[in-house]
Amino acid sequence: MAQTSAETIKTTPLYEQHLAANGRMVPFGGYSLPVQYASGIMAEHKWTREHAGLFDVSHMGPGFLTLNNPGGDAEADHAAVAAIIEPLICGDITGLKPGNIRYTMLLNDQGGVIDDLMVGRSPLLGGALYIVVNAGTKDGDFAIIEAAAGDKARLMRADADNALLALQGPEAVQVLARIAPGAEDLSFMQYRAFDWNGERLIISRAGYTGEDGFEILVSAANAARLWDALLADDRVQPAGLGARDSLRLEAGLPLYGHDLDASVSPIEAGLGFAVSKRRREAADFPGASRILAEREGAPGRIRVGLMVEGAPAREGAEILDAAGSVIGVVTSGGFAPSLGKAIAMGFVPPSHAEIGTALQVSVRGRAQAATVVPTPFVPHRYFRKSKAS
Amino acid sequence: MTTKFTPDHEYIRVEGSTGIVGITPYAQNALGDIVFVELPSVGKVLKKGDEAAVVESVKAASEIYAPVAGTVSEINEALSGEPGLINTDPESGGWIYKITIADASELDGLLDDAAYAELTK
Repeated sequence: MAQTSAETIKTTPLYEQHLAANGRMVPFGGYSLPVQYASGIMAEHKWTREHAGLFDVSHMGPGFLTLNNPGGDAEADHAAVAAIIEPLICGDITGLKPGNIRYTMLLNDQGGVIDDLMVGRSPLLGGALYIVVNAGTKDGDFAIIEAAAGDKARLMRADADNALLALQGPEAVQVLARIAPGAEDLSFMQYRAFDWNGERLIISRAGYTGEDGFEILVSAANAARLWDALLADDRVQPAGLGARDSLRLEAGLPLYGHDLDASVSPIEAGLGFAVSKRRREAADFPGASRILAEREGAPGRIRVGLMVEGAPAREGAEILDAAGSVIGVVTSGGFAPSLGKAIAMGFVPPSHAEIGTALQVSVRGRAQAATVVPTPFVPHRYFRKSKAS
Repeated sequence: MTTKFTPDHEYIRVEGSTGIVGITPYAQNALGDIVFVELPSVGKVLKKGDEAAVVESVKAASEIYAPVAGTVSEINEALSGEPGLINTDPESGGWIYKITIADASELDGLLDDAAYAELTK
């Protein structure tokens, strides 16, 4: 976890709520946030898988990129705003339907990942995008996007004046439908605005746990009221950063700064699905030559999931082949509460990446057995409306 | 029977020449759910302050040090199957290992109940 000095540590609009719930506050991404509440990581993790966990993710970087001079034709305005951000990323934004969100990556010229992020097309306005980037990278990301926007569009950061809540788990939809009727009609990776007692909520059906769930952008002034209203439902318990990390690890989702960094390409990271077809065919994104070559041939390394015997293998643990030679490194690892076993993600050469390959991990100088397994470790349970309906 | 404490939150309960070592209720609460315990080998010779065991929570690994010098005489095998005993019963069922104390005078350098209570209040 990134640590920040006490002088610069920020609080979120939900700080008092965390203290009231006995949150154990730690510095993370420049903010004081709860790593857990009284019930502990294990209980919060399992509650989220079975019911609904409520997370404060206000450290993230939400923002809106909006055309300065929209022409009024929704499609043309969308194409214009998409054309601003597409040269920075590998996703097809032009092709997004109103209200749809795409997971994509900001790339450097070498095809390395500057950040992974969500980009949504406004369900109402032409020429407006909803963007959510990571906490630790948001200042740099927003500077890049602003530079690309020039005088054509403006980026309104929404991180300082708002809170971002995540409600995740199989019961999240019933809970949220009572507060924001119609939220249940969103499909995975869709968003729109809802009215809540005269307050505007931006609700997206997305998350970082592998479960069905939502992320809710709410003004700082109303954040505590919304938090309390969600928690008043017996199906909801607050969950901290510890459970967020163990849930995303089980879901096989990468964490920027750990599983992804400026040296890792989307192909190496196993995120080739996020390099959109139209963009591949046009080869018009940063680092396209490397990324397309890796996609056709073989990258030097690839992210795999590992089922680990014995003690958890944490970030930085060496991955060994069956003979004991170092072939890679663990980038995320820990204990999987849903499986009762240690799991890890890390990078190995493609020759050792086949499912079922017997490898080892070095924990405190001892080699432990590890097997390459498919990710997600725990199946995703996203809600996708059938196209026919 | 006396119990002494280290500033690192290990306890050692002294029964004759044997010390029973574990972590305090305060420590287990701070660590959170224990999911794995790496136990020492019986017969291992430890100096005061040596790493004797490792307890792992969901989030992190923490070393358990030897409060005094001695030889590991017994380990709590129950922790291999049920590491959570350290959370639910740290002072009794969640003991980690027993040590044959090499030099009882080393116990004098540890914290007594009152001093440990002061440290963690």
